[in-house]
Amino acid sequence: MFLWTLLLVVLLAAGAYMAGRQRAIALQGAAGVRLHSLPSYHGYLLAAAALIGGLALAIATALAFGVHSPLTAVAAVIGAAIAAVPLYGKDTPDFRARNLFERVVLVVLVLCSGVAVLTTIGIVFSVVWETLIFFRSVSPFEFLLNTKWAPTGTPPSFGFLPLLAGTFLVTFIAIVVAGPLGLLSAIYMAEYATPRLRSVLKPVLEILAGIPTVVLGFFAALVVAPLIRNAGISVGLEVASESALAAGLVMGMMIVPLISSLSDDIINAVPQSLRDGSYALGATKSETIKRVVIPAALPGIVSAFMLAISRAVGETMIVVMAAGLAANLTANPLAAVTTITVQIATLLVGDQEFDSPKTLSAFALGFVLFFFTLFLNYIALRIVQKYREQYD
Amino acid sequence: MNAPVPHQTLVTPEKPKALASGQFKVTARDVDVYYGDKQAIKSLSIDIPDRSVSAFIGPSGCGKSTFLRCINRMNDTIPACRVTGDITVDGNDIYDPNIDVVQLRAKVGMVFQKPNPFPKPIYENVAYGPRIHGLARDKTELDQIVEKSLRKAGLWEEVKDRLQNPGTGLSGGQQQRLCIARAIAVNPEVILMDEPCSALDPIATARIEELIDELRQNYCIVIVTHSMQQAARVSQLTAFFHLGTLVEYGDTDEMFTAPQEKRTQDYITGRFG
Repeated sequence: MFLWTLLLVVLLAAGAYMAGRQRAIALQGAAGVRLHSLPSYHGYLLAAAALIGGLALAIATALAFGVHSPLTAVAAVIGAAIAAVPLYGKDTPDFRARNLFERVVLVVLVLCSGVAVLTTIGIVFSVVWETLIFFRSVSPFEFLLNTKWAPTGTPPSFGFLPLLAGTFLVTFIAIVVAGPLGLLSAIYMAEYATPRLRSVLKPVLEILAGIPTVVLGFFAALVVAPLIRNAGISVGLEVASESALAAGLVMGMMIVPLISSLSDDIINAVPQSLRDGSYALGATKSETIKRVVIPAALPGIVSAFMLAISRAVGETMIVVMAAGLAANLTANPLAAVTTITVQIATLLVGDQEFDSPKTLSAFALGFVLFFFTLFLNYIALRIVQKYREQYD
Repeated sequence: MNAPVPHQTLVTPEKPKALASGQFKVTARDVDVYYGDKQAIKSLSIDIPDRSVSAFIGPSGCGKSTFLRCINRMNDTIPACRVTGDITVDGNDIYDPNIDVVQLRAKVGMVFQKPNPFPKPIYENVAYGPRIHGLARDKTELDQIVEKSLRKAGLWEEVKDRLQNPGTGLSGGQQQRLCIARAIAVNPEVILMDEPCSALDPIATARIEELIDELRQNYCIVIVTHSMQQAARVSQLTAFFHLGTLVEYGDTDEMFTAPQEKRTQDYITGRFG
């Protein structure tokens, strides 16, 4: 029912547009004068008024009498009329319809960005709230300092350090793999590759970025992990069948395209005049790249890395499949580890009661994760501010 | 050393004071330059003497910047560009496969149309060249080179207290003088300037022109300019380019008072261009 009301409001707005525009044209013809605003602006303004008035009253009615009440349609018509008719009456040649309409546009844009910001704030607050509830049953000190994670054990133990260590380890391996690979391939693509080669290479790399992480995950679990295990055993090392190394390697492959594609764009944005200046002083290509291009592109490259780290920290599927669920506090890349995101997923999968410490601990983990990425972003910002070489 | 070109477009070949010595820094013989299929320069020959300012004038697209960029092989960075003919600096063919472009560009410096200081501190901008060529043995020596270069470019007094500030924070005219200092720092013998004042206001332009006149004592300077007044003010020799050919070349004062070619006369009196 409400859907029909919405349709009605849209139709009313369309009608208001036609009416406003026609009236403005008539005004122009009759008076033989120039209008302050083009006829279409008169139309847009009336349409906006009808849309906002109609929607507002219809939603209010729906809240009062229920969504399925036919009264909403009546309310829509009344609302649209209340908002649009006075404006229709005001139409004189020097009526500033354009300025008013531009202001309406501005308000709509502000509201849209407001929704995005408010949603984020809302999510943060809900996480903080649930975290506080969790800390009522488990002390924050235990959460932060205990080295054992066993939420389903008897008695349960909620030390998040093993998860943090696991997250660090896997992310670190991923960045060690993807950082040099991504950056160097970006330099190759931006500075050395011929345009034709670049036009092939770049899309191929971006396809790699489009592979769902579930697919990468079972590739990690079924191909990479056994490979590492066999290789390790052949040189006499003890390797778990699911290892941090396998997860980190595949995660690295996942973020290579992210780093290389972003860095490539950033390196390309460095003005040619800087390169020319360097070449004209007798610098070679590699000197120019090392001393002029990369420093100039550094802020962008750092933010590309930070974005990649954020993706790695937030990645779940690959780790679930390749690194396992065992919460070991270890720095050994050959052991099975687990990460914060994996634990959040396992804690909330299936039917859960939302008042047990076990489920609530997921929110505490989420809070930590949030803080972690915030901290990373702050560090990145500081690095950029310190080393930025701003061109133009 | 090549003999002077027996070129019919040389103004009063017996007279050019600057050419009479027969000591040339840069010479070109039958140079053709192509961008893809388009020919930008047609069989150009010219002799450029040392310790003087030579100005290239001519309408846009006449090939003067293209030829300038041939002298330090900056055209190498454009894939579609092809250069034939002989260009020599100090008698050495610079398009010889054995020549090292890096050393050539250290010897033939360049200043661009738009000031392009690196986004680094002022000091680092000037120290960049000496560092990559290993011209300074230690920090003190590097400091000396930087100071000397900035002094020569007439910028030292203005920036000596803020050498660690970014070069991009200077005004347009200062940036261009910084670029000149940067070019001087590697001890070039030839300095090419591609419309160095076109992005500057008249006061900054006047300072650069004074600077060019001082630098003439020690360097061979070639400047491309769109301003005929500028060519008349700073140069001893002027070359007029039109549609990829060198139309006329000779003493600047002769060129602007008694051009031999009708096209030159039309251009400098503003009848086309």
